[in-house]
Amino acid sequence: MIPAAFEYARASSVEEASKLLKTFGEDAKVLAGGHSLIPLMRLRLAQPKALVDINGIKDLDYIKEDGSKLRFGALTRHVTIENSAVVKQKLPILAEVASEIGDNQVRNMGTIGGVAAHADAAGDYPTIALMLDAEIVTNQRTIAAKDFFKDLFTTPLAADEIVTELVFPVANGPHKYIKFRRRLFDWAIVGAAAQKMNGGWRIGLTNVGTTPVRATAVEEALHKGAKPEEAAQHASDGLNPSGDLRASPEYKKHLARVLTKRAIEQAG
Amino acid sequence: MAVTTMIGAKIHRREDPRLITGRGRYVDDMKLNGMLHVGFVRSPYGHARIRSIDVTDAAKAPGVVAVYTARDFEGLLQGEMPVTISFVPDKKQPIGWAFIAKDEARYHGEIVAVVLAREKSQAADATALVSVDFEPLPAVVDLDKAVESKSPTAHTGIPDNVAWDMTVGAGDVDAAFADADVVVKQRILQQRLFPIAMEGRAVLVEYVPFDNRLTMWTSSQVPHWVRLCLTLAMGIPESNIRIVAPDVGGGFGSKIHIYPEEYLAAAASKLSGRPIKWTEGRSENLQATHHGRAQIFDIEIAAKKDGTLLGYKVRQYVDTGAYVSVFSSFQCSAYAIAEGAYDLKNVKFQTVGILTNTTPTDAYRGAGRPEATHAIERGIDLVAREIGMDPVEIRRKNFSKFPHSNYLGFAYDTGDYDKALTKALATVGYDAFRQQQKELRAKGRYLGIGLSTWIEVCGFGPSAVTAANEPLALVESSSVRLHPTGSATVYVGTSPHGQGHATTFAQIAADTLGLPYDAIDVRTSDTGDTPFGYGTYGSRSLHVGGSAVLMSCRKVVDKARKLAAHMLEASEEDVAFDQGRFYVKGSPDKAKTMGEVAFAAHRDNLPEGMEHGLEAVTYYDPPDLSWPFGTHICVVEVDPETGAVDLQRYVAIDDCGNVINPMIVEGQVQGGVAQGIAQALFEEVIHDAETGQLRTGTLLDYSIPGTGEIPVIECDRTITPSTTNPLGAKGIGEAGTIAASPAVINAICDALSPLGIKHVDMPASPDRLWKQIQEARAHANGSKEAHQ
Ligand SMILES: Cc1cc2nc3c(=O)[nH]c(=O)nc-3n(C[C@H](O)[C@H](O)[C@H](O)COP(=O)(O)OP(=O)(O)OC[C@H]3O[C@@H](n4cnc5c(N)ncnc54)[C@H](O)[C@@H]3O)c2cc1C
Repeated sequence: MIPAAFEYARASSVEEASKLLKTFGEDAKVLAGGHSLIPLMRLRLAQPKALVDINGIKDLDYIKEDGSKLRFGALTRHVTIENSAVVKQKLPILAEVASEIGDNQVRNMGTIGGVAAHADAAGDYPTIALMLDAEIVTNQRTIAAKDFFKDLFTTPLAADEIVTELVFPVANGPHKYIKFRRRLFDWAIVGAAAQKMNGGWRIGLTNVGTTPVRATAVEEALHKGAKPEEAAQHASDGLNPSGDLRASPEYKKHLARVLTKRAIEQAG
Repeated sequence: MAVTTMIGAKIHRREDPRLITGRGRYVDDMKLNGMLHVGFVRSPYGHARIRSIDVTDAAKAPGVVAVYTARDFEGLLQGEMPVTISFVPDKKQPIGWAFIAKDEARYHGEIVAVVLAREKSQAADATALVSVDFEPLPAVVDLDKAVESKSPTAHTGIPDNVAWDMTVGAGDVDAAFADADVVVKQRILQQRLFPIAMEGRAVLVEYVPFDNRLTMWTSSQVPHWVRLCLTLAMGIPESNIRIVAPDVGGGFGSKIHIYPEEYLAAAASKLSGRPIKWTEGRSENLQATHHGRAQIFDIEIAAKKDGTLLGYKVRQYVDTGAYVSVFSSFQCSAYAIAEGAYDLKNVKFQTVGILTNTTPTDAYRGAGRPEATHAIERGIDLVAREIGMDPVEIRRKNFSKFPHSNYLGFAYDTGDYDKALTKALATVGYDAFRQQQKELRAKGRYLGIGLSTWIEVCGFGPSAVTAANEPLALVESSSVRLHPTGSATVYVGTSPHGQGHATTFAQIAADTLGLPYDAIDVRTSDTGDTPFGYGTYGSRSLHVGGSAVLMSCRKVVDKARKLAAHMLEASEEDVAFDQGRFYVKGSPDKAKTMGEVAFAAHRDNLPEGMEHGLEAVTYYDPPDLSWPFGTHICVVEVDPETGAVDLQRYVAIDDCGNVINPMIVEGQVQGGVAQGIAQALFEEVIHDAETGQLRTGTLLDYSIPGTGEIPVIECDRTITPSTTNPLGAKGIGEAGTIAASPAVINAICDALSPLGIKHVDMPASPDRLWKQIQEARAHANGSKEAHQ
């Protein structure tokens, strides 16, 4: 299908983008990689009046080491993260997650800032961000991941607010992300992440609710010395996923447990 | 006879360099001066009364030139869309099918209004502005409910939803079941599928009033049918209509129907006086391009303890969708091969066509034959399981031996089912696998192997068979013309959409005419220069159309031989023809090439009474059908914790008789198997049970497998030439799809047999398998507890 008509402007700085958003008003949208926004527009599920293209803002595409942190410019593409030597060394789980997003086209275009701002329940980075206590930096403030992913496709971002950076802690201990899907280029039906960090486990889940989930009950059980298999039984505690064409709620909860167990066992 | 050089050669398709470098020419690549774009307003409901349509806002929208509704086409399009009774003499009600819905819409996607605009985007915007006052009506979706007497009907005012109800049979089925040691029963679902051609449909059409001439480029499998139907609907002489199917990016049976969009675009061109263009979007394609399968099989098999099959009862429900398309009822051709590769003479087959408020279904790749094969191949495995026999052994025991006629009296051309099976077993290493399976089962791993010893009927068709049920006899045509300097143009009536006719037919012509392959041009798909043909579907183009090419070439050689004899001053009987050279037997050095003869045919000094030129036409009516066969074997491992299926190996041993181009044959098998795997594991169209609305409306919701999901397909063949056409060839276009789904499902059932799971429906998605595994375990625990 063909999107409804819209205005288009290309910004060369964050300030300019923010100004353009203000000028266009409520129905304007930032365009980053376009791999979530454009499909919605083509189906006319989204009909923004204007697009502010931020792809020309050169200084939003970077990966910087900063002591015990890694800073990702919002426009950093999945392919860059997947292939980055620094990320592979300091935060290997994120490089692995990036390598399993969509297909080459998606990875060449999609951005880490776009995934965060889009806040799809099946997005993979948000799970890692939540689990590792990452921060989302905008042109106005810094927001903790746990305060950012509040509901389906819903974030605290204001209409003229632009995500500029994601900040992750360095974490290079044993880790594993298991993305369960039917096809290589599919979104996760359910995903489970395990990361050993500062002597404890961090466990995150994808697509088992309206937001990413941190499985604290599993983390606690592991902390108390439970075996992975026992601890993983808690992965579905408190979950209330909705069913869809690919999976019933029961199946999703079951997958949360199985994948969590496997992620912990396979973490290397 | 010429020594074969090109026939059998594994050469690359001559179409491909152009297509894969972006130089293909599809309908959407074309433009005409002054053309308008058409947008179709479609029903968002499965079933709704149309109270009124307000086009005011749409008509005022930027770029809009006209908005039409049903009334505007009255008089321009006469009668209704054709529906056929093919293969169903017992049709119960021929349901009327208007070109555009007027008072009632009967499926999600049915057209209710037509918008013409200068730009494609303007047409898209304006269709959203047409305001239709729909009153939703109860939608018929579920087949079991649709046949209940209290069911609402898919069309207001029809007595019930049964489109046809026909039973065929032979032998003494009741006695067979009475004598049986075991009877297995199973309901087998054939989910609804999208055919998903890479290129959607597209039409560009221009009506020129002064000449009363209509030219249409359309992405179709059947340009000559399109012309025939437009003639009937528009009253323009067939001679004044030219239909061209340029490069067509796949069809799989979804482009053998003459669609409302084709009629309406043609009529809109006449109404507006402008060329009209339409390119289907993917969402539109999923709603409005015909679907496939959507059937339910209830089978019963009677057998002896030793594995001998005695009797077979089948009831096939076919969801026709809202209307019975021309080829829809071909889906009940399942009855023609109901008993598969097995010698089973007591068979009763009932087929019921059922109208629902969904997109019409059509003859999707295999059409009836994959469904029949799935049923009998599952059925024989169920019997084997019941009596504790190996699936290989029970097949061998029941294989038909040749010469063979089936339960309906069809005499099969040739076959050697055991040969293909034996080769497939050796390729996969069947005995070693069984050993490995046993060892891994002890470790809690669930591996399985599945067989599909498939057969097919194709080569439609002999006029004696087809003309009885079709409006026209499905013969096929060719015309071969040699040019003075020794190249040739081959015109054929079939119309490829990815099958490689330009290559295969050129190979046949090159060998038969004794001309270089590069000197043969094959022309297809333009009714302006090709003889009348029935198009490409049902694995028929080589058997029927390829034979027509061969026959015309032979006629040309016959005439050329006469002329060569004259040139060599010899008598015709003394002239040999070999590798493109005519010479007097015994003196091959003094020869005339086919090129020289072609030149001579355009000069003076012809033999007494011979006309100029070297040219021949053939309408080939094959004496009988052909019956390809083979064995496919699939190996899977099922993850019992998640229900995920890992396709580990897939072996395909097929027999399509003589092979013209092994690479093209293999390509057809690979693609066909991929589509069969897609049905077995991934794909399913879902409509809302209450409203009939399409729930899998985008490719996000409908899982087409990609390269990551399809394993390497290990292809090989046996060769058992057909006797029903001069090429000795049998169709291969649908074989992969026919064979694959039962191989995969049988493998899964084998893998899960330790859990007591006997049958799995398609698609065997992880959530479905997990649920079944859970239930099987609960059941096992329940019975264990009951025993304690
Ligand atoms: C076939 C396919 C498969 C995919 N599979 C996966 C998958 O498995 N896992 C996964 O996580 N993703 C997947 N994606 C999504 C992909 O990662 C997208 O690229 C991503 O979700 C959005 O990033 P983007 O840069 O493309 O953003 P866009 O599509 O450009 O924008 C998305 C939304 O975020 C807003 N936005 C973007 N950037 C900013 C910013 N800097 N500040 C404020 N707002 C902003 C936009 O306004 C828009 O609302 C898939 C996409 C496709 C097409």
